[in-house]
Amino acid sequence: MSTLPTRKDEAWRYADLKAVAQHWPVPVETLVVPAGEAHADQIIADAGAPAIRHIAITIGAHARCTLTIINAGRDYGRIALDVTCHEGADFQLGAILIGAAAETIELVTTVRHVGPNATSRQIVRAVAGGTATTSYLGQVAVAREGQKTDASQSFKALLLNRGATANAKPELEIFADDVKCAHGAAIGQLDSQAMFYFASRGVPAAQARALLTRAFLSDALEGLDDAARDAAETRVSQLMAALG
Amino acid sequence: MLIIDNLCAEVDGKPILKGLSLTINAGEVHAIMGPNGAGKSTLSYVLAGRDGYEVTGGSVTFRGEDLLAKAPNERAAAGLFLGLQYPVEIPGVSNLLFLRTALNAQRAQRGEPEVSGADFMKLAKAAAEKLGLPFDMMKRAVNQGFSGGEKKRNEMVQMHVLQPFLAVLDETDSGLDIDALRVVSDGINAMRSPDHAVLLITHYQRLLDYVVPDHIHVLMDGRIVHSGGADLAHKLEAEGYAALAA
Repeated sequence: MSTLPTRKDEAWRYADLKAVAQHWPVPVETLVVPAGEAHADQIIADAGAPAIRHIAITIGAHARCTLTIINAGRDYGRIALDVTCHEGADFQLGAILIGAAAETIELVTTVRHVGPNATSRQIVRAVAGGTATTSYLGQVAVAREGQKTDASQSFKALLLNRGATANAKPELEIFADDVKCAHGAAIGQLDSQAMFYFASRGVPAAQARALLTRAFLSDALEGLDDAARDAAETRVSQLMAALG
Repeated sequence: MLIIDNLCAEVDGKPILKGLSLTINAGEVHAIMGPNGAGKSTLSYVLAGRDGYEVTGGSVTFRGEDLLAKAPNERAAAGLFLGLQYPVEIPGVSNLLFLRTALNAQRAQRGEPEVSGADFMKLAKAAAEKLGLPFDMMKRAVNQGFSGGEKKRNEMVQMHVLQPFLAVLDETDSGLDIDALRVVSDGINAMRSPDHAVLLITHYQRLLDYVVPDHIHVLMDGRIVHSGGADLAHKLEAEGYAALAA
């Protein structure tokens, strides 16, 4: 896309268009996982990273791609993934979005199942404080050839303040008749009973909030090995400090 | 230890406690009994400082300080423990992390140094063993997948590690079978000392056969209407609350 997006473009409806204009045009990065191979990657997009990243990922037949994303700490941070899964490919995404102050943090994914027997699983957890906005727009497109596709996406967002916003937009486009596509989205606040339980045991509210939030976000780090998980959790803890 | 004077409190604008007075000295075990809706659980939540329980009159002095002026976590750090009737499940946070965070948060507020990881594990292991809670369960998420009895044992494990001056135990006996009741009772009795006090809130005399209180109070319609010794429990069991009110 070379023309500047507008609010009418579905994938950009929650974007900070002023920020987008400053960074336009955005180069498309490519990642190819050749047939039969496995690739694991972490994208930690924080203060120093480009505001907008657009990554096209091709996963060859029976190849596997595991991606962990932490998107936080920027006035505007957008990561868009365009993933193509060939026959028997497997795509695993765990993503954490942290929006503080007046930040707009987005994750936009399109996962195309173009061959049969491919699997994709996306777990996205978001937290928004202040007047921040976190958004997840997730499209799964199954072509006619994508029989026996097994695709799932789970999005949960936590709002720490009244002024904070979360947007969820799951979208399924299915042209094959024998597929499994699951999606779920939930937006809520911290459990007041759990907060009281912590308080009644002597834990100050800010510390309890941080622990509960970290536990909530760590769903997205499931499946990582211990070292990668520890590193990601440490980074998440640091980035959460901005939530106040 | 605890002086409650003419305490009035309401929930959603509805008066529940209507001038409740009660004094508990160090070393004593008190029990509060009473019919449903008398205000037993409200009293425990007001003492712990739960949101939504509004004090409209009276005072509570805990170890010489105004308890009601403190935030809930400060009350805990000052040595007040509330054993919940329905312990909460917290997915994603292990019992060990929860308890260690609580212990060190309390110590920090009291100006005491943190307990090291190794020392904490020793404390937690000893407490779990005493209360018959398999230590593996301490590694699981807080109360998740725990039976009613295991949740209550877990409350007692927390109490033993935190060593409060005053433990307010809200229906800690409900949902326990006889064996669990014995273990939990032993756990409560082990807390008895000249420096500690316990306030048991219960429906049934059963618990009081195992943890024999120094004083029993009957709470009805937001006030203590009758106080007596340990024998009062059996009289209540035989005659009911209504006879006493008449």
